[in-house]
Amino acid sequence: MSLLEVRGLRVHYGPIQALHGIDLVVEEGEIVTLIGANGAGKTTTLRAISRLVPPSGGTIRFAGVDLTQLPPHQVVALGVSHVPEGRGIFANLTVLENLLLATYGRRDRARVHQDLERVFALFPRLGERKGQLAGTLSGGEQQMLAVGRALMTRSRLMLLDEPSMGLAPVLVEEIFATLAAINREGTTLLLVEQNAHQALKLAHRGYVLETGRIQTAGPAAALAQDPQVRQAYLGG
Amino acid sequence: MSRAADLTTAFFARPASWPLVLTGLLLAAWLIHRYGWLNPYQQQILMYVGIHIILTASLNLVNGYMGEFAVGHAAFMAVGAYVSSLITVRLFPFQAAPLLFPLALLVGSLAAGIVGLLVAFPSFRTRGDYLAIVTLALNMIVKSAIENLEVIGGPRGFLGMQRLTTLPWVVFWVISSLWLLRNFIYANLGRGVLAIREDEVAAELLGVDTRRVKLHAFILSASLAGLAGGLFAHVVQFITPRSFDIVRSTEILVMVYLGGIGSLAGSVIGATVYTVALEWLRFLGQWRMAIAPLLLVFLMILRPTGIMGLREFVAFIPREERNLRARLEALGRGRQGWPPAGEAGRVGPHGPA
Repeated sequence: MSLLEVRGLRVHYGPIQALHGIDLVVEEGEIVTLIGANGAGKTTTLRAISRLVPPSGGTIRFAGVDLTQLPPHQVVALGVSHVPEGRGIFANLTVLENLLLATYGRRDRARVHQDLERVFALFPRLGERKGQLAGTLSGGEQQMLAVGRALMTRSRLMLLDEPSMGLAPVLVEEIFATLAAINREGTTLLLVEQNAHQALKLAHRGYVLETGRIQTAGPAAALAQDPQVRQAYLGG
Repeated sequence: MSRAADLTTAFFARPASWPLVLTGLLLAAWLIHRYGWLNPYQQQILMYVGIHIILTASLNLVNGYMGEFAVGHAAFMAVGAYVSSLITVRLFPFQAAPLLFPLALLVGSLAAGIVGLLVAFPSFRTRGDYLAIVTLALNMIVKSAIENLEVIGGPRGFLGMQRLTTLPWVVFWVISSLWLLRNFIYANLGRGVLAIREDEVAAELLGVDTRRVKLHAFILSASLAGLAGGLFAHVVQFITPRSFDIVRSTEILVMVYLGGIGSLAGSVIGATVYTVALEWLRFLGQWRMAIAPLLLVFLMILRPTGIMGLREFVAFIPREERNLRARLEALGRGRQGWPPAGEAGRVGPHGPA
């Protein structure tokens, strides 16, 4: 059984259909990336999986459980975390408070300490700034916080929406290196990226999305060599 | 930090300090009441201050902590006032009324809480301006409903209440309300409240059941406003629908934003300053009513977060919370991190302004 199985997923925003039947599978331990142009439906796919938008058809199964009828907080409780586009950090709360909020739905408070240590080990900068208001962090630090916060939910699958957006290239490298480390520690990643070059370097497999449909799929290395993909997303 | 602040912090860090202060306050209120240390007029002002503290703190939960914009808080006050008055006047025997008064207040508060549900449900879907309109409409509906109910006096109002609200009772209910709010805010649900204010979508993505949180917050807020309404009715002994119109709601809003959003200490300060200031300004006659709107305008320009804005006195932060913070501060790399160790206790769950 795959960790995440999406079959025939359709989503409508009012009369406009954003997804026309998406099929995708993520196996435990993988890094899978969804690449595609603006408006292809990458973000909508993630929002449907974490149930921020209701699907109008198809199924989403996580570890065998159907997510389509669940409210978002129950999806999180099952082990799916989502780092949203634009990060969604709590600007008026401190770094520490941001991280602690991610344990809202958890019942194992004793392990919170341990998880904080893990986040601070992955992102030493967050440890240094734990008492600082999150809104005063730099863009890169805010992205680290968003990822750290998702880690605090102890999820098995982390959905990441454009973690490289608005960051300097050196910071993008840093974030991607950390994502690889998080994956090695056992978290499965589903990564949405416009920066297809970086995403295909990091991922094991990839899906190319075009106007709400899966266009191509395959191992990341193969996609990076595919002439059509190179032409459209990797600048030739 | 100054020496006085240090001493305050040290005082409230001791487990026995709070009961001592609260008992002292209650005792003082009782002595004032029993031996007439203050004249009835002064006592009445103090009671208004107390009632306003409850109203302000309860609205602060929704507007300050949760970041909504509810503007019709007088509606809940009206429900509490009418329900508790009807009970003490029509239901209770005259002699027993003083003894049963707390029961009447609680029933009034419960009724207001139920009306609070009417606002909680639309708040699942709407925020900001839309919720403001919903609450404004509720305020008007409640007022018109009372005006059209002849059995409770209609537009002529309702009277016959004994003066059951006394200073010790007000102090008792203020302490209970603030204690309840403090515990709610620093419990798990309260963290959810803050998360909703900051970013509702992100809150959902971290596992916060936003509907449940909103439901609890609105019910608690409305119930406390209802409680304040019941106390108010038994001070003035005469209520009309006009006592609970949009002007009253605006006053509560002014006190919230004057004292500071997201702060219980701010609610206490805002309610006290506003109530006492309006009494001092009585010589201005009708003109004093222009003070509140003017105050609000200047406040928004000069200090939009209010006097305390998102900060809290250490005394209003539960001891367990302070201990937890101290332990977590020691985590990670930078033990020298920000804020400096001595300052940590003063920063609320909302950070410094």
